Amino acid sequence: MAENSFDVVVVGAGPGGYVAAIRSAQLGMKTAVVEREHLGGICLNWGCIPTKALLRSADVFRTMKHASAYGLKVSGAEADLAAIVKRSRGVASQLSAGVKHLLKKNKVTVIDGEGKLAGKGMLAVTKDGVTQTVSAKNIILATGARARTFPGLEPDGKVVVTYKGALTPETMPKKLLVVGSGAIGIEFASFYHALGAQVTVVEVMDRIVPAEDEEISGFLEKSLKKDGLTILTKTSVKGIKVAGGIATCAIDQNGTVSDQQFDRVILAVGIQPNTENLGLEGTAIKTDRGFIQIDDYCATGEPGVYAIGDITPGPWLAHKASHEAILCVEKIAGQHVHPLDRSRIPGCTYCHPQIASVGLTEKKAKDAGYQVKVGRFPFMGNGKAIALGEPEGLVKTIYDAKTGELLGAHMIGAEVTEMIQGFSIAMTLETTEAEIMHTVFPHPTLSEMMHESTLDAFGRAIHF
Amino acid sequence: MAQKILMPALSPTMTEGKLAKWCKKEGDAVAAGEVIAEIETDKATMEFEAADEGVLGKILVPEGTEGVAVNSLIGVLLEEGDDASAIDALVNGGAPAPAAAAPVAAAPAAAAPVAAVAAAAPVAGRVFASPLAKRLAKAADLDLSLIAGSGPRGRIVKADVEKAKVQGGAAKAAAPAAVAPAAAPVAAAPAPAAKPAALKPMPWQSYTEFPNSGMRKTIARRLSESKQTVPHFYLTVDIELDALLALRKQLNERDGATYKLSVNDFVIKACALALKKVPAANAMWTDEAILQFDDVDISIAVATDAGLITPVIRRADQKGLSTLSNEMKDLAKKARDGKLKPEEFQGGGFTISNLGMFGIREFAAIINPPQSCILAVGAGEQRAVVRDGAVAVRTMMSCTLSVDHRSVDGAVGAQFLAALKPLIEDPLQLML
Repeated sequence: MAENSFDVVVVGAGPGGYVAAIRSAQLGMKTAVVEREHLGGICLNWGCIPTKALLRSADVFRTMKHASAYGLKVSGAEADLAAIVKRSRGVASQLSAGVKHLLKKNKVTVIDGEGKLAGKGMLAVTKDGVTQTVSAKNIILATGARARTFPGLEPDGKVVVTYKGALTPETMPKKLLVVGSGAIGIEFASFYHALGAQVTVVEVMDRIVPAEDEEISGFLEKSLKKDGLTILTKTSVKGIKVAGGIATCAIDQNGTVSDQQFDRVILAVGIQPNTENLGLEGTAIKTDRGFIQIDDYCATGEPGVYAIGDITPGPWLAHKASHEAILCVEKIAGQHVHPLDRSRIPGCTYCHPQIASVGLTEKKAKDAGYQVKVGRFPFMGNGKAIALGEPEGLVKTIYDAKTGELLGAHMIGAEVTEMIQGFSIAMTLETTEAEIMHTVFPHPTLSEMMHESTLDAFGRAIHF
Repeated sequence: MAQKILMPALSPTMTEGKLAKWCKKEGDAVAAGEVIAEIETDKATMEFEAADEGVLGKILVPEGTEGVAVNSLIGVLLEEGDDASAIDALVNGGAPAPAAAAPVAAAPAAAAPVAAVAAAAPVAGRVFASPLAKRLAKAADLDLSLIAGSGPRGRIVKADVEKAKVQGGAAKAAAPAAVAPAAAPVAAAPAPAAKPAALKPMPWQSYTEFPNSGMRKTIARRLSESKQTVPHFYLTVDIELDALLALRKQLNERDGATYKLSVNDFVIKACALALKKVPAANAMWTDEAILQFDDVDISIAVATDAGLITPVIRRADQKGLSTLSNEMKDLAKKARDGKLKPEEFQGGGFTISNLGMFGIREFAAIINPPQSCILAVGAGEQRAVVRDGAVAVRTMMSCTLSVDHRSVDGAVGAQFLAALKPLIEDPLQLML
């Protein structure tokens, strides 16, 4: 096989692309990955990972401020923004180097540059104005997505920023406006609030984290308000004018528009796919609002071209991209694979308190015609939560009353993001309430609440 | 009254089949016994006859549909006085009508002694199903062992049960039809359990795909089972053919012969008589007992375009050579045309596989379960042999008997060959 000819070429080295490349190489296919910027993609460099590093600093700081509650004396606790950001960047670059090592270990060829479809089985890769052509039997598009912007709501990179700017602040904002209350917006709101900013969150829907169960949204809103954040729902930002480091924002609350001033605005109003300049024109690839349409095995309309991750329909989550990567590649290699069940993709938000969920919300379950049994268990009733000093939270489970199928689980509170996989496994294995009831949960753990919530759904909770 | 037309179980191993062709259109009048459809079973293409007269009111499963579960609703037969509303009533779960078109060809008790035992539990061992699937199946009164799993390693998941529910009563626990006719000794076919990961060609290998027919899958499953679970041993004997060839020539050249005897016809007859002398080789193994067949029914391996099938010559020991020869020709033709009825290929006690016509000198065949022995017959060829202390040229044929050691020991197998050899070398004995 010629040097620039491959069995599989992946465009984009994010959590979809690099995982696809490694799996492809593992299966014995000659593989290359084309990346224009960072190995690891947004997730690792500008998303999931560096935000977790920032939020960890915020957690430690918050705990220090509450040290006396634990019988500890801490004086002069102070946040050093530059050092916090430096740590976050360090974590990202450490992991990016790790991805480079993994690709090398698996003998994946890494090609620097921007990839573009260039006819059947061909890809043009451009770097610094120089274009080379690579041939591939299979091309996997995994170019991800970027922050969505609207006319009138454009970032200037200093006062008005998207996630990238929010990740690398040079100064602490005093008054911060976060536009959008999805996972990204809420996490930044949580971080900047913990470090001392006065934070306002606006959300166009009638509740924050609108993808979550309504009860969870309500719980979070109450908790954030109690902490001192300003939460404005059914509210939108009509325009932003920046002058002298101050953003004057026209905030429309229920039809009443008022100008409010902030020294920092973070735009977190969704994402848009990176499908421009991919050479999709003239191919049989179909897009819907920019997102590439794929079948159950990530094949596009064009033979030999596949798409995974954020350039395809959602949810737009790193773990969804990685999962698609594996199934796409294994399908290419001729293995028998199971399509991704989108109803079983868990979601995690690392605000304080954390949110984690999988499956249907109570409302969606009812709308789908299920007769449901809903279980709830509060952190207040859990020994470990009390010992941790984390009495705030809820584990909610939704079962089909007829069959005992676990339809959804929704959690808010300390460490719930580490627990949700238990419910994900339960759903994958199609357990009913009986198997969860029969499972011995270790004491004392937060996970006991998963058990208790299930018991509660069937009127059998012990500790509440 | 309108009646349901259900997917027939045309053989005991059949759990699903292909609705190959509708021979009638919607609205066509159908007489009792008239062929309404052709069904491709796991063994052959079968004609499906109407049990009652009427009008084919509705076709619910289009022709060409594969994997139609046994007993699922495929159409509606209207009788005099029925109007179209009767169709809706039936399709949408009206009264549970009796099967309108009874599976006419459903296997009659083929080999009597087998019937008693082959009913052995349809599925042995654990059925892998998710807890939810188990609960749903129980609620819907479905037998999980009759549902094919699509989950990891063939595990039955919710979706499979939902599908089985929609497809109708195929897996109804209460309806034993699918597996009950235990008459034929064809190994009861459990739903494919844990499937190992499929092997695939490497990405650079190009190939043409020939989808497996039901018959091909059955061959694969049964022979894999046999080779893996039956302890085979092999006995080979060289048999002199010259006398048989001379007799054959003489018989075939007789004036007015209404037959053309082949060497294989003589071999069948010789095997039949040898089995009569050594009945212990005409047997099958079960966990409780070894069953020795009363009749000498010999299966003959026939290669067809669709794959290997083994039509049976019943009571071969009691048939004359010409009868036997003509019957064999008839069965072989039916086999090649895919028209064998279940009772014509099920229930033999011993199998002969002959590859002599291809010049194969000798080979060892895989036992055709649940039988205990299969004789692999090689080509007759001139060889140098020693006769009375001198080298002589003789036409020799090597035969290898594959034997199931559970039911037939080495000595019994050897006795059978010892009985067979003189019958062929001195073929006038066959005439007695």
